[in-house]
Amino acid sequence: MKILVAVKRVVDYNVKVRPKSDGTDVDIANAKMSINPFCEIAVEEAVRLKEKGVATEVVAVSLGTKQSQEQIRTAMALGADRGILVETDAELQPLGVAKCLNAIIAKESPDLVIMGKQSIDGDNNQTGQMLGALSNLPQGTFASEVAVEDGTVNVTREIDGGLQTVKLNLPAIVTTDLRLNEPRYASLPNIMKAKKKPLDTTTPDELGVDIAPRVQTLKVEPPAERSAGIKVADVAELVDKLKNEAKVI
Amino acid sequence: MSILVIAEHDNASLKGATLNTVAAAKAIGGDIHVLVAGAGCGAVAEAAAQADGVAKVLLADNAAYENQLAENVAALVADLGKEYTHVLASATSNGKNIMPRAAALLDVQAISDIISVESSDTFKRPIYAGNVIATVQSSDAIKVITVRGTAFDAVAAEGGSAAVESIDNAQDAGVSSFVGEELAKSDRPELTAAKIVISGGRGMQNGENFEMLYKVADKLGAAVGASRAAVDAGFVPNDMQVGQTGKIVAPELYIAVGISGAIQHLAGMKDSKVIVAINKDEEAPIFQVADYGLVADLFEAVPELESSI
Repeated sequence: MKILVAVKRVVDYNVKVRPKSDGTDVDIANAKMSINPFCEIAVEEAVRLKEKGVATEVVAVSLGTKQSQEQIRTAMALGADRGILVETDAELQPLGVAKCLNAIIAKESPDLVIMGKQSIDGDNNQTGQMLGALSNLPQGTFASEVAVEDGTVNVTREIDGGLQTVKLNLPAIVTTDLRLNEPRYASLPNIMKAKKKPLDTTTPDELGVDIAPRVQTLKVEPPAERSAGIKVADVAELVDKLKNEAKVI
Repeated sequence: MSILVIAEHDNASLKGATLNTVAAAKAIGGDIHVLVAGAGCGAVAEAAAQADGVAKVLLADNAAYENQLAENVAALVADLGKEYTHVLASATSNGKNIMPRAAALLDVQAISDIISVESSDTFKRPIYAGNVIATVQSSDAIKVITVRGTAFDAVAAEGGSAAVESIDNAQDAGVSSFVGEELAKSDRPELTAAKIVISGGRGMQNGENFEMLYKVADKLGAAVGASRAAVDAGFVPNDMQVGQTGKIVAPELYIAVGISGAIQHLAGMKDSKVIVAINKDEEAPIFQVADYGLVADLFEAVPELESSI
């Protein structure tokens, strides 16, 4: 079977992002960029399914500027067979991304789509679910375990109270949670090999998709600062402060 | 304006998060209807009808909705949602699973995890793990929104007297089925609603040592949380994780024990009223947000804390 994996280029998770002082945008001009951690887990899962003989081909797709090629190459260095870049300089929102991915599903007919549960920049947690709706395919979100068997996939999901398992007919959409797997590191020979793997480029226009944003960001600002606290000398002082100063116990 | 709020429930009882979401709906203003979709969930509808500010409860009682499968419930929400200007749900795992799917069926861009209502089309929400607050305005005719419960004070659970209307609308996509679930059992309060939370991190060293935190929690009537490091190391189950990708809490008192305070953890707890950090590393970033910091070995400090409260 064929697996489609969606990957996103985001600010590295260790970078503390700040808004620009005029409040128009976040300041990420010189920030280190990486593949979104949840997307990395999605790639790893797809590659593992290939190694188990379940999948025959893994296709990595990304949407964004030309630089998103780097994240597709990363996915190929981790084991994806080929890549597709939907290139655009326009602002992307989950609905537009899901529409582009849906157009790619129509062309590629994958049996399984694996993607991260959320990107760590927008924190939307929407694209996989929206893709499920547009493609009319079932969804297994926040997956911590994925088991493919005879035309179905069992997905164990992380829910608020614990874990839940659902059975989905293939093709299906799966979004990954952190505990699905531990992604491997790309070795230098694999990074070199990835440079030779095919990478096709298309655009939202070529896919016939309107990605015009529906939600406008009016302003970005830093969250309210917490005033500096104090250090206490021992447990007795701590308990005293909590009882008599903060009055929370 | 008319607002549809999707009730969060387990077929037996209405979850508190729904009352916070109704509060967000009141801030938008307009007629508020609550949808209870489930199976054998009549008691939930009765409870929702008593919530302050609710004008009507729609009860979709059907086997297809028993386990809140996204394929079925989202189709129902999208179908009913056409009649409303706003469709709201709590930003719980269930709300996050269903609402974007419903939004795409309605061809609108959903807005996740709002923390304030500026006007009927403008909302604030955190991005970049809570390091940036964005004010966003939707141009869609129907606003599909998930609400961060800790950012809105719950409406009163009693006092309302809305009519309950049963609706006959069975959406069964037939492409997914429920296999089973494994829910953590605990007598302690629910993490996202607790007034006091005590959390452990990698510094706890193993799962058995969490017993120390449970003892303190039981004395304080607190819930117990954890950092990702503690969950990944297998000390505690993942539903205890507090952070960007776990649960968001904002209790009166948050006690972080053996937690360094990575960006991703702070995203889940830095709106707590009072933060206490107990850590032996005085350089740990957690001390930058803690109101009261204690630099000490947790294996001495926590038992001492337990005996002195």
